Amino acid sequence: MAKFQDLKTAVAENLHDGDTVAFEGFTHLIPHAAAHEAIRQGRRDLTLIRMTPDVVYDQMIGMGMAKKLVFSYAGNPGVGLLRRLRDAVENGWPNRPEVEEHSHAAMANAYGAGAAGLPCAIFRGYLGAGLEAVNANIKRVACPFTGEMLAAVPSVRPDVSFVHAQKADRKGNVLVEGIIGIQKEAVLAAKRAVVTVEEIVDDFDDVHANACILPRWTITAVCEVPGGAHPSYAHGYYERDNKSYLEWDKVAADRETFKAWMKEHVLDAKPEDFADRVAHLRSVA
Amino acid sequence: MSELGFTPNEMMTIAAARALKNDDVCFVGIGAPSAACNVARLTHAPDITLIYESGTIGTAPDVLPLSIGDGELCDTAVTTVSVPEMFRYWLQGGRVTIGFLGAAQLDRFGNINTTVIGDYDAPKTRLPGGGGAPEIASSSGEVYITMKQSKRGMVDKIDFFTSFGHGNGGSDRQDLGITTKGPTLLITDLAIWRPDQETKEFTVVSMHPGVTRDDVQETCGWPVKFAEMVEQTPAPSDEELTTLRDLQARTKAAHEGSGRGKNQFGSQRDG
Repeated sequence: MAKFQDLKTAVAENLHDGDTVAFEGFTHLIPHAAAHEAIRQGRRDLTLIRMTPDVVYDQMIGMGMAKKLVFSYAGNPGVGLLRRLRDAVENGWPNRPEVEEHSHAAMANAYGAGAAGLPCAIFRGYLGAGLEAVNANIKRVACPFTGEMLAAVPSVRPDVSFVHAQKADRKGNVLVEGIIGIQKEAVLAAKRAVVTVEEIVDDFDDVHANACILPRWTITAVCEVPGGAHPSYAHGYYERDNKSYLEWDKVAADRETFKAWMKEHVLDAKPEDFADRVAHLRSVA
Repeated sequence: MSELGFTPNEMMTIAAARALKNDDVCFVGIGAPSAACNVARLTHAPDITLIYESGTIGTAPDVLPLSIGDGELCDTAVTTVSVPEMFRYWLQGGRVTIGFLGAAQLDRFGNINTTVIGDYDAPKTRLPGGGGAPEIASSSGEVYITMKQSKRGMVDKIDFFTSFGHGNGGSDRQDLGITTKGPTLLITDLAIWRPDQETKEFTVVSMHPGVTRDDVQETCGWPVKFAEMVEQTPAPSDEELTTLRDLQARTKAAHEGSGRGKNQFGSQRDG
């Protein structure tokens, strides 16, 4: 049952060294505030799962938190490559994380299988693709009815998933709107789920019957963190801060610049700072 | 701007747009395709269905998105579905007629690499990876590719098979059990290429105005095959150019306003 907690407590109670953890948000609702709290708490040896490890995983990788990465597209959206990830994978700084690389179709199916309580996902994929040769977790299975050879990957079952969403109601039910990505599957596939939200409202009585709502009993903790997705966006609340993504390309280019930036904007900061960061991005609507 | 009144990039985008039909269902992949798909929608193909992998189906953005998950795509879509649904029902389900991909590295058989330069386990450059491309390449009815020509981009051998085109040519694709057509069209800033019916090697069928065979060969890493009859790509019409330039101007203005930054690469890449 969802507990309302401050982010510091929720992260401390739910994320431990050595955990397999997903911070999800498919280009939208990326849980930056939660990831920054994890960085401040200095968690180590994490298996970091994320379909699109962008700036937020570049930061965690650069801080040496990643033992292993499971992903399908590692880029800075609209900008280019991830420089901290590259430094880790190419040069081993600050460590060389193990890489398990998939396609989006595989990751999406693997999260779905995790949510469905299955050990693996089966889909038509990786035909002729080179990843099959370098990732031992991509296997083939014959359809028992037609004989078609399909791809199989292990389901994603994180110890804990972190997602950001627009709203929770007073009971702790959570509403996700817009590009819902993989938020629902990430929560349902995980043993524990921590959700940061833009705001807490009285109820969801005015919400459409088929809206994407995560019932409170699927969630471990709800934390109100306005702006908590910055520099990604929260549909209906604030726009994506494209300037920050461009700036990150420069920050991440150099190890010392990176460390200084992380100290100022993450280590010496707090969850409440996110509200100020999105003030100029708030939608007029 | 050349004396022709348009740039090679504009010609590429417009030639790519022309290839799309009004009844196509197009999965818009990472990179350059987004501009072409939207120019098609704003000119001859107003009812084209554009799908972005973030789950937006039938989207009609007023400005080009900086990432495949911009709010604009969701705001203007017929519907927005989850990512698992996107890949299962809509792509794997066979609903997509055209997968439109860009490429970091491409070979003559339409195989694409966006994963690594160098060895996979000790890469010289770690690129973003495949994202949706491996299954876009195998599940879409056919695949269009668009990229600027360069010897770095169009290579004799790609370093990694991120997504499969025609393999080593011939019947390689069928032999792997893939039933879709694969790459049927390559549009560059210099020419239009189609695979040879037998060998499946990309062959130049049309060159853009002012382009010579030497221009095409000098920017391609393999010995270029030309069709028996090489046509000249019709120059962009006033309507096509105006549509593209207006779209780019709106995009620039929107992304420079409020908190949105300008994309220093002048094109859309994605995540």
